[in-house]
Amino acid sequence: MEKLLMKGNEALAEAAIRAGCQCFFGYPITPQSELPAYLAREMPKRGRVFLQAESEIAAINMVYGAAGAGARVMTSSSGPGISLKQEGISYLCGAELPCLIVNIVRGGPGLGDIQPAQSDYFQATRGGGHGDYRTIVFAPSSVQELVDLVYDAFDLADIYRNPVMILGDGILGQMMEPVVFREKPRRQLPPKTWATTGKKGRGQNIITSLYLDPVKLEQHNWKLDKKYREIMARECRWEVINGDDAEYFVVAYGICARIAFSAIEMARSAGVKAGLIRPVTLWPYPQKAFDDVMNRAKAFLTVELSLGQMIDDVKLSVNGRAPVYFYGRPGGMVPTAEDIFNEILKMKGASV
Amino acid sequence: MNKLVIDKDRCKGCGLCIEVCPKKILHFDNSIVNLLGYHPVAADDGCIACGFCSTICPDIVFSVYKDVKEGETVGKAVDEGQ
Amino acid sequence: MKVVFERPRSLQLTRTHYCPGCGHGIVHRLVAEIIDEFNIQEKTIGIAPVGCSVLAYNYFDIDMQQAAHGRAPAVATGIKRVLPDRVVFAYQGDGDLASIGTAEIIHAAGRSENITVIFINNAIYGMTGGQMAPTTLVGQKTETTPYGRDPKMAGYPIKICEILSVMDGPAFIARVAISDVKNILKAKSMIKKAFQMQIENRGFSLVEILSPCPTNWGMTPGDAMRWINDEMTKVFPPGIYKESWEVLA
Repeated sequence: MEKLLMKGNEALAEAAIRAGCQCFFGYPITPQSELPAYLAREMPKRGRVFLQAESEIAAINMVYGAAGAGARVMTSSSGPGISLKQEGISYLCGAELPCLIVNIVRGGPGLGDIQPAQSDYFQATRGGGHGDYRTIVFAPSSVQELVDLVYDAFDLADIYRNPVMILGDGILGQMMEPVVFREKPRRQLPPKTWATTGKKGRGQNIITSLYLDPVKLEQHNWKLDKKYREIMARECRWEVINGDDAEYFVVAYGICARIAFSAIEMARSAGVKAGLIRPVTLWPYPQKAFDDVMNRAKAFLTVELSLGQMIDDVKLSVNGRAPVYFYGRPGGMVPTAEDIFNEILKMKGASV
Repeated sequence: MNKLVIDKDRCKGCGLCIEVCPKKILHFDNSIVNLLGYHPVAADDGCIACGFCSTICPDIVFSVYKDVKEGETVGKAVDEGQ
Repeated sequence: MKVVFERPRSLQLTRTHYCPGCGHGIVHRLVAEIIDEFNIQEKTIGIAPVGCSVLAYNYFDIDMQQAAHGRAPAVATGIKRVLPDRVVFAYQGDGDLASIGTAEIIHAAGRSENITVIFINNAIYGMTGGQMAPTTLVGQKTETTPYGRDPKMAGYPIKICEILSVMDGPAFIARVAISDVKNILKAKSMIKKAFQMQIENRGFSLVEILSPCPTNWGMTPGDAMRWINDEMTKVFPPGIYKESWEVLA
């Protein structure tokens, strides 16, 4: 397999093309600009659709139309743009349309800055738009993982008829790493018999999220709920490092987990039995990762590039069985491995 | 004879057809209340099958058929619009 | 017997939920007749907006998508880009198209997106109960302009055909009224031309239709039709605003 050195944003774009993405609709925003630039160059060459929309709102609604017409489709943005897309994401979930949404997160709130952040965790995992809905959220921590997850994201979107979000950050988007584009076999995908392609040879197909009769809307919500529970049961992904003997766990995702990895190495050199839990899916949240280590875990330290968002899920997963500590840096500031190492020592001191 | 078919349970009693009928043969039938709760439109004899009623009706209440002899063209409203 | 009129097959048998004398029923029928006449029922995809016509997919017997408020042109764009050989039309009201969805309509027109837009202008928000629309006439009383629309407070009506006609993108922009039999037939011919433009790959087409809302105007259906002719057409003159038969590259 050929190994290529690529920027995260460009590798993501190439992976999307290889995964069969037929169209991209988006609106410019930093720090994901290399992604649409790459697709603008490559999509037309390969007979695909690239369209720069007039707004994030238009872009996500173009995604809705294309997804409803049966295409494999994606959009990408960063926090402020994702906020604008929330209306469309709610409609996509309500109408059960598959798509990939990429969020290369930047510092907020408001216009914030363009530095790496993880402060869109709530927005990604709790919804952000109106109504009871969920999106599958992947949080890669290397360019290779980013590439691999793109294939899975499209497949899961199709299998569950649900939007899938890839939550990256400015560092992941901008950094260059060697990457291999594996020819991943696609999962068995259901035929899109529901797509609005013209009713030739069949009855009318309708894409809608409107159910005026509350009895029907409740049924629809229960149906979605059943699907979400199925996803929770089958699609959780995580990585545990030093799970066999660790007593003090750092919990971190995305780029933060890379730094945390160095920190637990430092801790082990200093004689602390430290481990790392790295959720790869942020929704569904991998509670089992915690259950598996609970018999020897003495404490958990949540590390985020935000002010305590994922910690809610960590606490729900730990469910009072061990203390949970927090260390976060907001606004686009990134902690060093040393910073996290010191927090691990503090956790150990506090938990003795 | 021309045929005017009225699907009385589609009528919402807006009365637009009554206003546009050039022969003034349409009226509300106050002796019935239809499925939707309206007095529906009814027709007397004398329909010339101009299609005015079916053109302005928002609810597809009418079907209109013209009795044509061999070779005669139908001067229906719908043709004139094109 | 020769058929002068029967229900077009692109309309379902379902009764609509529209109020007595509402223009939506007339326009639905015209669009369905045109779909039948072009024999494109099996390759047409419609987009229902938010507003009274949100349930249009229950009335047309074609594939349809329901779009978020104002976003029908973006949804239509997504569909058309994926399926360029299908016929795609967006059906929108004045609040949908000329207020919350102004960006989407202007840019779909600017891109000369090869879609057709049916724009119902009844100068009011119907479904939410008669509030001021972007197209409400100066002086017109609505729920939210109870003393009549005062330009000092609430500005002036937005004239979509006039705005779009100065742009390079659109192929066909026309305004019609469905206020009497003659005008309805005229409207049909304009809508047909708009679909023809799309079928012949000539780019963006839009027909604005001055349409009655007797319930929220507080008028009888007959008076509502007369009000279109007497008042609305003064502010929104019917006619062809742009017509270009160039084929898209």
